Amino acid sequence: MTWLSDDAVARLRDVAEQPDLSGTRYELVREVGRGGMGVVYEAWDRELDRAVAMKVCSVILGDVDRLRREARIVARLEHPGIVPVHDVGVLADGRLYYTMKLVRGARLDEWVRAGRSRTDVLRLFARLCEAVAFAHANGVVHRDLKPENIMVGEFGAVLVMDWGVARAADHAEERVIVGTAGYMAPEQARGEESDARSDVYALGAILLFLLRQSSERVPRPLAAICLRAMAVEGSERYADARLLGEDVLQHLDGLPVSAYRENIAERGVRWLGRHRALVALVVAYLLMRAIVLLWTHR
Amino acid sequence: MSIAPFPTTRRSVIVALASADVAERARAFDTLLACYWKPLYKYARVAFRRTREDAEDLTQGFFVRAFEKESLAGYDAAKASFRTFLRLLFDRHAANEWKAGQRLKRGGGEVHLDFDAAEVEIGREAATSVTPEKYFQREWVRSVFALAVERLRARCSETQFAVFEAYDLDDDRAVSYRELAERFGVSEVKVTNDLSAARRKFREIVLDALREVTATEQEFRAEASALLGIPR
Repeated sequence: MTWLSDDAVARLRDVAEQPDLSGTRYELVREVGRGGMGVVYEAWDRELDRAVAMKVCSVILGDVDRLRREARIVARLEHPGIVPVHDVGVLADGRLYYTMKLVRGARLDEWVRAGRSRTDVLRLFARLCEAVAFAHANGVVHRDLKPENIMVGEFGAVLVMDWGVARAADHAEERVIVGTAGYMAPEQARGEESDARSDVYALGAILLFLLRQSSERVPRPLAAICLRAMAVEGSERYADARLLGEDVLQHLDGLPVSAYRENIAERGVRWLGRHRALVALVVAYLLMRAIVLLWTHR
Repeated sequence: MSIAPFPTTRRSVIVALASADVAERARAFDTLLACYWKPLYKYARVAFRRTREDAEDLTQGFFVRAFEKESLAGYDAAKASFRTFLRLLFDRHAANEWKAGQRLKRGGGEVHLDFDAAEVEIGREAATSVTPEKYFQREWVRSVFALAVERLRARCSETQFAVFEAYDLDDDRAVSYRELAERFGVSEVKVTNDLSAARRKFREIVLDALREVTATEQEFRAEASALLGIPR
C-alpha cells in the first residue's frame, strides 16, 4: 500500500476539492476564498482574455439549488455596487459554478484600517447604502451584510459580495437562522422572518464598526443614526437602506438628520459650521468697520 | 479474513454490518477493516505509546471480537459518527484488556494485518504533539486516501496513474508538465489530460468510499468535511 506523506495528504485534499475545468473556457489560477457553500477561485477566461472570479459549489457541502438561486439573484441586480455575474454552468465533475467580475481591492474592514478620513468613510458608507437600497427595491434582502462581505475597489468603488443567503421576496423558503453574530438583527437571531430592516440593522452595525476605527469623537447625530438603524424593534429602524444613506449624507452636508433632534445651541453650531465662509466674511467685514470707526474717532 | 479493497457498490457497509446475510456482513467487515485497522493500530502505538506487541494484540483482538460478537452492529448514527464510535469502542476494549491483564490468544479468528508496513509508516512520520483524537483523525484521513489511491491504480491506465503519482503524490513538487511529458514519452497535452482524468476518478473514489463507511447523509457530510478539511 502506498504511504502518503503529510504533504501528499494535504495535496490530495486540494485535489479532491479542486474543480475540474476541462471542457470550459476557464483556467484555474488560485483560490481566493471559501465559505460553507462553495469556494471562490480566480480563473482565466481564455475566450475573453480576462480574469474572473469563479464560485464553485462545494464538492460535499454545497447546495446546488442555493448556488443557482444566488447566481440568479445577483444577475438580476444590475448596479455598480453589486458584482455582476457573467456565466453559470456545470463542470465536468457535475458541480455547479458561476463566474463574476473579479474585484481587485480590499475588504471593507481592511480598507478602513488603513486610516481614512471620516468624510471618506461616510461617503463610502452612503454608496454602500445605495447598493443595498437597490437590492431592496428589487425585492432582495442580503441577510449577511458585514465588513468581510464588502469590497472596496482600487478606485474607491464599493461592491456588495456574497449573496449566498440572500432572500428574494418571490421565493418562499423555510425559516433558518442566517447571518453573522454582531451584524445579525435580533429577529434573524430568533429565526424569524427577515426583511429590508434586517439589512438596515446590519448596515447600522457596519457604520458603528467603521466609526470605531478612528479615535475621533463620534458626533451625536452619527451616534443617533447608528442607534436608530440598530433599534431592537424593526419598526423603530429606518424603513430601508435608502433612508439610512440619506441621513448620513444629510450629516455630511451639515444638515439636520432625522434620527437626532438637536437643541438650539447645537443647531447654531451646525449652522455656523455649515456657513463657515459666510460667517468669516461677515466677521471680517465687521472687524474692518470697527477698525475704520476707531480710526475716524481718534 | 483478509483485507479487501473498497467494493464498487455505494451501499453503506455500516448498514450491511447488521445484515442477516453472513457473507454480506463479512464483506462489510472487510471494508471497515481495510479503512480502520491501521489508524487504530497507530493510535495505540503512537498516541498511547503501547509496545508493538501490545498494539498488535489489541488491534487483532479488537477486530476479531467485533466480528464475532457483532458489536459494530450496535452503532447508532444519531449519537456519533461511526469513526468516533469505533475509537471509543477500541478505547474500552484496550481498558478491559489492561484490567484483565491478558492477551488474546492468537489463532482461530485471526485477521491478517501487515503490522510491519504500519511500523515502517510510523518510522517515517514526523513526531506529533496533537491529542489522541486528532492523531486518530489524521491517520484515518491518511488511510482513506491511501486506499483510494490503491483503487485508483486499478481503475486508471498505467500512464494516467504514473502522471498522477509523479505530480500529486511525490513530494518533489518541482516537476513540470514538460518534464513529465519527456519522462513518459507523451505530449504535454496528454499529461494534463491524464492528470485531469486521474484526479476526477480519485475524487469519485474518495466520495464513494466515504459513502460506504458512513450510515447517513448527515454523517457523510460531516465526515467529508473532516476528510477534506472543509469548514462547516
